[in-house]
Amino acid sequence: MEPNLLKYVWRHSRKEQIWMLIIILLSMPTYFLSLELPKRIVNGPIQGLGFESPDDVGHFLQTYLPVPDWILGEPILLFSGFELERIPFLLALSLTFLGLVAANGLFKLYINTFKGRMGERILRRLRFQLFDRVLRYPLPRFRRTKSSEVATMIKDEVEPMGEFIGDAYTLPLFLGGQALTGLTFIFLQNTMLGFATLVIVVIQAWLVPRLRRRLIQLGKQRQIASRELAGRLGEIVDGIQDAHTNDTTNYERANISDILGRLYFIRFELFQRKFGVKFINNLLIQFLAFLFYAVGGYLAITGTMDIGQLVAVIAAYKDLPDPIRGLIDYDQRRLTVEVRYEQILEQFAADDLQDPETQITATGPVPQLSKGFDISNLAVTDETGTKLIEKASVTINIGEQLAIVGAVNSGSHHMAEVLARVLKPTSGRVYVNGTPIDDLPEYVTGRRISYVDGGTFFPQTSILNALTYVLKNQPIVDRDLTGAEEALYMNQLAETRRAANIELDFNANWVDYDRAGVKGPSELIEEIRSILVDVQLEEDIRGFGLRGTLDPAEYGDLCDQLIIARKRFKARLSELGFEDFVEPFEPNSYNIQASVAENLLFGTALDSAYKPENLASNPIVQSILVENDLEDALFEMGKEVAATTVDLFGDLAPDNPFFDQLNYMDAEDLPEYKAALTRIGNLSISKIDKEDRLLIMKLPFSYTENKNRLGLLTDDLRARILEARKSIRLILSKLKVPPVAFFETESYNPAASVLDNVLLGRVATNVAEGSGRVDEAIKALLDEMGLTDDIFHIGLDFNIGTGGKRLSEIQRQKLHLARALLKKPDFLIVNRALNSLDSRSQRNIIENVLKRARNTDGHPCGVIWVPINPKISLLFDRVLLFSDGELIADGNPDDMNKSQPQFQELLNV
Amino acid sequence: MSTLEDEVTLLRRIPLFSAIDPGKLKLLAFASDRQVFHDGQTVFKQGDVGDAAYVVVSGIADVIVSIGGNDVSVAKLSENDFIGEIAILCDMPRTATIKAEGELDTLKIKKEHFLGLIEDAPQLGIEVMRELALRLSKTTAELSEARQQLKSQSS
Repeated sequence: MEPNLLKYVWRHSRKEQIWMLIIILLSMPTYFLSLELPKRIVNGPIQGLGFESPDDVGHFLQTYLPVPDWILGEPILLFSGFELERIPFLLALSLTFLGLVAANGLFKLYINTFKGRMGERILRRLRFQLFDRVLRYPLPRFRRTKSSEVATMIKDEVEPMGEFIGDAYTLPLFLGGQALTGLTFIFLQNTMLGFATLVIVVIQAWLVPRLRRRLIQLGKQRQIASRELAGRLGEIVDGIQDAHTNDTTNYERANISDILGRLYFIRFELFQRKFGVKFINNLLIQFLAFLFYAVGGYLAITGTMDIGQLVAVIAAYKDLPDPIRGLIDYDQRRLTVEVRYEQILEQFAADDLQDPETQITATGPVPQLSKGFDISNLAVTDETGTKLIEKASVTINIGEQLAIVGAVNSGSHHMAEVLARVLKPTSGRVYVNGTPIDDLPEYVTGRRISYVDGGTFFPQTSILNALTYVLKNQPIVDRDLTGAEEALYMNQLAETRRAANIELDFNANWVDYDRAGVKGPSELIEEIRSILVDVQLEEDIRGFGLRGTLDPAEYGDLCDQLIIARKRFKARLSELGFEDFVEPFEPNSYNIQASVAENLLFGTALDSAYKPENLASNPIVQSILVENDLEDALFEMGKEVAATTVDLFGDLAPDNPFFDQLNYMDAEDLPEYKAALTRIGNLSISKIDKEDRLLIMKLPFSYTENKNRLGLLTDDLRARILEARKSIRLILSKLKVPPVAFFETESYNPAASVLDNVLLGRVATNVAEGSGRVDEAIKALLDEMGLTDDIFHIGLDFNIGTGGKRLSEIQRQKLHLARALLKKPDFLIVNRALNSLDSRSQRNIIENVLKRARNTDGHPCGVIWVPINPKISLLFDRVLLFSDGELIADGNPDDMNKSQPQFQELLNV
Repeated sequence: MSTLEDEVTLLRRIPLFSAIDPGKLKLLAFASDRQVFHDGQTVFKQGDVGDAAYVVVSGIADVIVSIGGNDVSVAKLSENDFIGEIAILCDMPRTATIKAEGELDTLKIKKEHFLGLIEDAPQLGIEVMRELALRLSKTTAELSEARQQLKSQSS
């Protein structure tokens, strides 16, 4: 990249800069005329200059050759103009003025738009180039690079450059021209004053850059401190858990406060100096005014210079400070952005950037590797000079199943990294497919070799997208665009070209089904499913599907099927032996497994005003309770619950373990209830405080008969609650946005999970593993109805959260392995992955993977595994044993187990 | 549906809890979960970490000990018997597997509730000691009898 911003801008916008200069020059005459005209309107037709006698006429559009008089002696008339009387002349001039103003505005609009567009294009190009460099950095560099610093450099630090780029060339030329004109004019009027002005300007030109040296330094410091701030903020957020678990939040606060303090002092000094420089500039310019008044005045008084000349010089001087100030401001901006540019370039500079050729897209399908790895005299040394691997020579053939074992830091781990091209050899040769690995484009190694290690970072996306990521190497099927969309896309593409960004369509279909060995989306899901079964993740995904919610608008058919499933499940309850502990929601009966609130609303609250804790203060519910003669009864019930609770828990210390069983009241609220009960005594609800009433009325709604077992729900009370249920239903369903999703046999509840929709009831808590058994039965039913695939599909849409954090570490590791298998590689390299799994699951998964690798019809897949437990290596055909960076044995694990002492020792640890 | 009162009555029938203040017993009943196991269902497995004890309300619990890979049924527990208290008293894994024989209705008492109750009611602690001492003497008697048999067989 160009070392200097102005050069960079020139290189990428030469034509545009010149074009804009031409337009600016073209706009000048209209601009000056629009300034000139008002004076002529006022002096001429309005004040009557030249219209002294009634016969006088004005000459409209009279034009002289635009050359100063002093060149040719007298003005040369080009066009004598139309003769107009005073009023028509006024109108003609005013209309001309209007036209000029409009033309002027249009010029301005065009120039600004043009400038802005040019700036944005170059900004886009610059950002893209920087990002491109990030992708080409050698991997070890990322050990020292903070992600948020890179983000802030590409995003924020280059931003002001966009605004500057439009002005980079035109503004100094334009302002310089103006200043030069003014200066020349002063010279022509009076040489001495001209020289005086020149001297002042030269002093400025000499002094100001010197004053700015410190400003440049400060600018650099500010940029570095801001970047450090961004970097630290990113780090703290990424490691937020450690700050809490180690009580180091205040250490982090102090750290950020320290950086903010440094930033403050840098910024403060910066603007102090900035204004200081401005002050000196203004003083020097105003010193000129002093010269003109004092010296010019003196000369005029003594008669060396006539008054007319002095007035002309002072008038010319008036126009001088603005362009000079403008130039100085421009220079200031230039310096700031140039410093930024150089700073950023320095950060992004690397002499060992990857050759862009290694990252080009493939021109056709990438053929399978015909030869495996051929490694001789491999040595790897890390940046501190520690030897990681020494003199390793080995050949690994296509289809081999090989384990690399050794103690931690023995070199086994690094060997796998070298094979995956993650670690660069220091010396020796690593050949793949008969070619040095570094000479191969990434589309060969990246598609034919899979690599999985213990790292489990995923960007936020769905499980399906996380899996298919490995198949997205280049657009496979273009988008189907309508006429208008096509035009829009072509426009976007043209702009992409102008900014020299990559021209691949991000919104095309990138998923390469061929590489996964399938024909289309449905086969892909099947393939994914069989892989997930092998890595023991399939059940988890189905679990996500079962516990996820569905939008009936999108999955209409499935929802219909689930309603059928609901009916079948209900019909089957007794057959399954569940009728004693599963109670479906029936519109006409009270569900004793559900709370009073659920029985009353007969649905789940969508609006928080209908949540159990808010029902007591909900006016609609309140009026229905009164109507159905329920208020008193519920109040009595609340009193009973409160009294029992106070009785049971009243004299326990608040930290007593028994409190965790109390689900409808907080331990701290007990004294309040105790006091309220004393106040209320036997008073009826109408005679007590509103606050006491609310306090008591909170309790009955969350009372669940079968859980709390206080025997408070009489048959009569249940019947009245059912009556109230009907009234509530009637009133709420009239509302525009229903605040409650009702339990309905015939419709799918989008607020509840798939499982709850099929169940549409409650499971008693007093049956051991009751809800687990119910879940199993529902799964079996859905399976039987052929809905498992749909459920699995919904599970694949599960959003894994930022960094994949909604999945467990184990699930993330399995997902990583799954997608390495999905791309059907020639070599699968697994480097101490699955380290969160217990050894039995690890072993099962490895066995599955080895079996899968063997059974790829006509497509042998080699497996290179660095197991956590060396005993696992007995499952492989061949073992490489590393010790202290050296490859000390290579052979069949069973033979080695008989004769190789170090291998035996490793297995017996 | 049984209420809290029913459960209190039930708890009072159990010798271990007979001396406890009725208020405390009600609290224990409130805090415990009623758990019903179907025929053959495992209540807990030998070797698991114990976090609760169970009182048999009705039905029969089969106590199974795994000896050298073979499961041997060593005892049957029935109404009012207390199961699994050793694991929660001394923080050790379950010493036997318990399975329901027919429908087994139990009251599950969590470890922290049980220990909390002993702190509040020392009488319960003494009852537990008595119960354990009785079992120990019984076991000792059985052991010496077994030794005797072994001796007579070998000689």
